[in-house]
Amino acid sequence: MKIAILLKQVPVKDAQLKVNGGGTWIDESDVTFEINESDHYGLEEALRLKEKHGGEVVVVSMGPERTKEAIKQALAKGADRAIYINDDSVRSADPVINAKILAAALKQENFDLVLSGLQSDDLGHGQTGVIVAELLGMAHATIVMETDVKDGKIKVKRELESGWFQYVEIPLPAMLTIQSGLNQIRYATIKGIMAAKKKEIKEVIPADLGLDAAELQSPGVKLHKIYVPVKTKETVILEGDPKEIVGQLVEKLKNEAKII
Amino acid sequence: MAEGILVIIENNGEQVNRLAWEALTGAQTFAAEVGQPVYAAVPGKGVTGLADEVAGKKLDKVYVLEDDKLQNYTPDGYAAALQQLINHVQPAYVFWGHTYQVRDYAPKLATVFGKVMLSDVIGYRMEDGKPVFVRQMFAGKFNADFTFEGDAPYFVSFQAGTFSADELQDGKAEVETFALDLSSVEIRTEVLDIFQGVKQEVDLSKAEVIVSAGRGLKEKDNLKLVFELAEALGGEVAASRPVCDDGWLPVDRQIGSSGQTVAPKLYLAVGISGAIQHVVGMKGSKYIVAINKDPHAPIFEIADVGVVADLFEVVPELTRAIKEAKGA
Repeated sequence: MKIAILLKQVPVKDAQLKVNGGGTWIDESDVTFEINESDHYGLEEALRLKEKHGGEVVVVSMGPERTKEAIKQALAKGADRAIYINDDSVRSADPVINAKILAAALKQENFDLVLSGLQSDDLGHGQTGVIVAELLGMAHATIVMETDVKDGKIKVKRELESGWFQYVEIPLPAMLTIQSGLNQIRYATIKGIMAAKKKEIKEVIPADLGLDAAELQSPGVKLHKIYVPVKTKETVILEGDPKEIVGQLVEKLKNEAKII
Repeated sequence: MAEGILVIIENNGEQVNRLAWEALTGAQTFAAEVGQPVYAAVPGKGVTGLADEVAGKKLDKVYVLEDDKLQNYTPDGYAAALQQLINHVQPAYVFWGHTYQVRDYAPKLATVFGKVMLSDVIGYRMEDGKPVFVRQMFAGKFNADFTFEGDAPYFVSFQAGTFSADELQDGKAEVETFALDLSSVEIRTEVLDIFQGVKQEVDLSKAEVIVSAGRGLKEKDNLKLVFELAEALGGEVAASRPVCDDGWLPVDRQIGSSGQTVAPKLYLAVGISGAIQHVVGMKGSKYIVAINKDPHAPIFEIADVGVVADLFEVVPELTRAIKEAKGA
């Protein structure tokens, strides 16, 4: 089975982020990046499916140069090769443009299964996987918690809301967006890291994928600026000596929250 | 000329999803500002009763979209049905609540129209007669202003709590059964089973005090700090998603978009950073106290009291002090 995993690199979870001078994106200097959490679970699921059914796992990733670090990590964990799209559109606010570029790369090969995380921790549109599926004419399932491939079909457990789940079956080729926590992510081994050095990373730019430049420059939505949210609530910050903090907090729980 | 705001009324055949009512409230407010009509679409099978309920709200028309292929939700069925309706109505805007179901098919529908959906929007404002929509980015650390470019229709889904269903205005609207034709639509998704994951053993929605545990507790053994505090306060213990994913607590104690939504008198978040997925489930709480050693944790944005300190020092001390205060 030929599996693609769409992987995005995002700032680490506890990064102290600042908005850049133009207010158009974050200031990326001094920021450490990592594989987007749900994509990481998607990679693990791809590796497990390959171990069970054979075939190969191809990492497809787009972004600036730094993205290669995430790709190398995925190869070290066992992905077979990678397609790296060197393009900054990943910072554009339009998920359709990102999806068009990814779909163009995927179209050049016949994947049985395309996986991605359900949402990126930076833009957070949560749409890329579904749009890619539509552009490629594939059936899709989102927020997937479990996978089972059988007879040209894939049965998945989907998370619904409020603790409900469903099982659905869709034909291959298919696109799945993966929920965090569905498996245990493996660590890369020293052997894996060594082996990754010999694995292919095919670097392309959108023009190599036969994409119309004009199309990529006319987004359906425009991001004007990003900013620290204006607080709607007056937050009282308590810090310093734990005993003093607790004293003040207990007073507030009595007089304001009125629960003591 | 595209005109009107079409609200998609998500339902399970018996009940309208709360977020759909919220989106309808949003459409009523938005419509008053842009001077456009409001329409609603009720997709499903056997949903005329629900359509009548929707028609009791202030809007211009309710469309019933009924078909055997809509009995169970599938992305193929819903996208095809709504594509036909949108082609007929030609709305300027299509509004949804940002539910799991909407995440599953709305981007597909927007793509069919060659459009982009703005998802998980938390509000809008009018600037020079044009709406600017606000979404969160970087897991809630920042807000971002977006506008639509190009021609309608414009697709928008709103985060839970953006509008209040209590503010829905009543009215009387016409109900029309829309002539769908899904005969040539292939439904590729076969729905096999729908079930509840874990039997709900605690009803957190009824708790007056909730002490909620996050990743900051570091390991399962440390949960006892949270249980002791909850006991001192006479409250229930809940958790953020990572705590349940790691199996420290069962999923029926999970708060957030994939767990329960609560609004207790006191919500005390211990070692919770405050990712959007968690915040949507508790931001309606009457009084929020957050304990976190990271002064930049987004949970402090919505807290009444933010305790910037090491929880391992503060929580045991707080438990002791509350016991003492109650004993006095």
